[in-house]
Amino acid sequence: MAEKTRDHGEQEAAPETAEGAAAPGDALVVAENVHKSFGRLEVLKGIDLQVRRGEVMCIVGPSGSGKSTFLRCVNHLEKLTAGRLWVNGELMGYRQKRGRLYELRDSEIAAQRSDIGMVFQRFNLFPHLTVLGNIVEAPVQVKRVPRARATERAMELLERVGLPDKANAYPEQLSGGQQQRVAIARALAMEPSLMLFDEPTSALDPELVGEVLDVMQDLAGGGMTMVVVTHEMGFAREVGDSLVFMDDGVVVESGSPAEVLSNPRHERTQAFLSKVL
Amino acid sequence: MSGPGSKEPTPGRSAAPITAVPVRYPERWVAAGIILVLAAMFVHMLFTNPAFNWPFMLDNMFSEPVVRGVWVTLSATVLSMVIGVVLGIVLAVMRLSGNPVLVTVSWTYTWFFRGVPRLVLAVLFGNLAILYSTIHIGLPFDNYWMPWLGLEGDARFFEIDARTLLTGYTAGLLALSLSEGAYMAEIIRAGLQSVDKGQTEASQALGMSKSKIMRRITLPQAMRVVIPPTGNETIAMLKDTALLAYVPVTIELFYQLQAIGTRSYQIFPMLVAACLWYLAITSVLMTGQYFIERRFNRSGRGTARERIVGGAH
Ligand SMILES: Nc1ncnc2c1ncn2[C@@H]1O[C@H](COP(=O)(O)OP(=O)(O)O)[C@@H](O)[C@H]1O
Ligand SMILES: [Mg+2]
Repeated sequence: MAEKTRDHGEQEAAPETAEGAAAPGDALVVAENVHKSFGRLEVLKGIDLQVRRGEVMCIVGPSGSGKSTFLRCVNHLEKLTAGRLWVNGELMGYRQKRGRLYELRDSEIAAQRSDIGMVFQRFNLFPHLTVLGNIVEAPVQVKRVPRARATERAMELLERVGLPDKANAYPEQLSGGQQQRVAIARALAMEPSLMLFDEPTSALDPELVGEVLDVMQDLAGGGMTMVVVTHEMGFAREVGDSLVFMDDGVVVESGSPAEVLSNPRHERTQAFLSKVL
Repeated sequence: MSGPGSKEPTPGRSAAPITAVPVRYPERWVAAGIILVLAAMFVHMLFTNPAFNWPFMLDNMFSEPVVRGVWVTLSATVLSMVIGVVLGIVLAVMRLSGNPVLVTVSWTYTWFFRGVPRLVLAVLFGNLAILYSTIHIGLPFDNYWMPWLGLEGDARFFEIDARTLLTGYTAGLLALSLSEGAYMAEIIRAGLQSVDKGQTEASQALGMSKSKIMRRITLPQAMRVVIPPTGNETIAMLKDTALLAYVPVTIELFYQLQAIGTRSYQIFPMLVAACLWYLAITSVLMTGQYFIERRFNRSGRGTARERIVGGAH
């Protein structure tokens, strides 16, 4: 099957089906034979991937190939139908005990998710809250950070995404690019160890794409572990550490961006790249 | 010189204000005349027909028991709406929970209370004391399982006389509240469903719990959709408190007005008084509704835009 991103996964073998197999040392995300079906439609057909700490992995592939579904499996917005997925050494959504899987409670799943930031194609900011309200909501409500401290931190984040003067605006007063930068700040406010991006620039006017990619590049430079579903090949080449090409629910090819982009080995990859490059 | 044949249109030439003769509508004047005559006849009747007996009406319309009746009506409206909204939220959340037990309970509840007329409910609840003359608090089915376990006595801890618990007012209020809960459940369900699914997903991704998402994200956004019909429900409820007269709730406005009318053989003036009271109160409520809706229609959006025009830009 597909090559895994093994360029840095030296010593450890993929966790076999051994009981309670923990995720290997330096991998933040380990997906092992991940399957996902919606009814009779099998969308993911066995995904094996590893994302190291600090790695920026870009996932590309044609529409409907299961990229979003895979991202949603990572933070358990979708339940896997088969396979295992670890983030930060924790099995997502389940507890494994004496050879059996036990579903986690909602509160336990929520706790797992709070360590994973997610940025959506359609921003999904809370329209009834100000920009500041959007950013402090989760830290205050979930982590019980005092509001004053959360606000201070939110202002730092707004500074970082270049929107310090928009703190009291409502989302719909902002351009798409500004909204997406607020959405990134909102996710960062939870101080996640992993950020997932699902086509963060696909809903933007072309002239606004750059400002969002700049923020993401800055984030990558700061050492954040990121999994980015994108059609921005320039970003994938310059910022990405690894590139995964997905098609029809499987990983067809993966490797360093330069390698995959300039020298695709599989026919399907070649066909796809010839259309988007 | 700007005829159709000329090459250069001469701008500014035709900018003079239009002073055309407007179309006349003679039939409007005819209709207005007829209506005016009918209105005059009606007012004439109001003042000459002795059945109206205005002095008697004015004397009694503000009498002490009637004014108390107005307060009872207002309190019953507020209480049944508050209980109804809370119940409606619970029922709507149950209905959308995906838990088959809760969904069925909520569906059955709504089915029953939307299907039975409020008047029938009011009378029914007024007669609930027939079902249970005393209400026991204790373990259920004790008369079966205690003997079976060979135990003596019962498992009832204390008891209340149903007629003290279900006084007319409580019974009537219960009927109105439970009924309102069913209607509010539908309104709130529609409001909750109007909120984009992406909102829930974004909240889940941030690690928020289900109840937090409901309280902090979904419900506040549903309010925009929920508030206008809730205003209508409140006004409808105010009018439906008249049904309390059939529980019967003797201190209620309509009951009092009718009682005075029957006692003094002046039924019609007191019915007119009832109309005037209900009209007065609903008019106040409708005014309030107008302002609330105006506020909510521009909610977040309009006010926010004003803010941006005034400040950020
Ligand atoms: N909730 C769902 N129910 C049914 N089918 C779904 C659902 N979500 C996604 N799918 C299907 O799964 C396939 C992959 O979707 P997706 O992961 O969104 O692809 P991509 O993000 O690569 O475009 C599509 O055929 C889509 O219709
Ligand atoms: Mg997608």
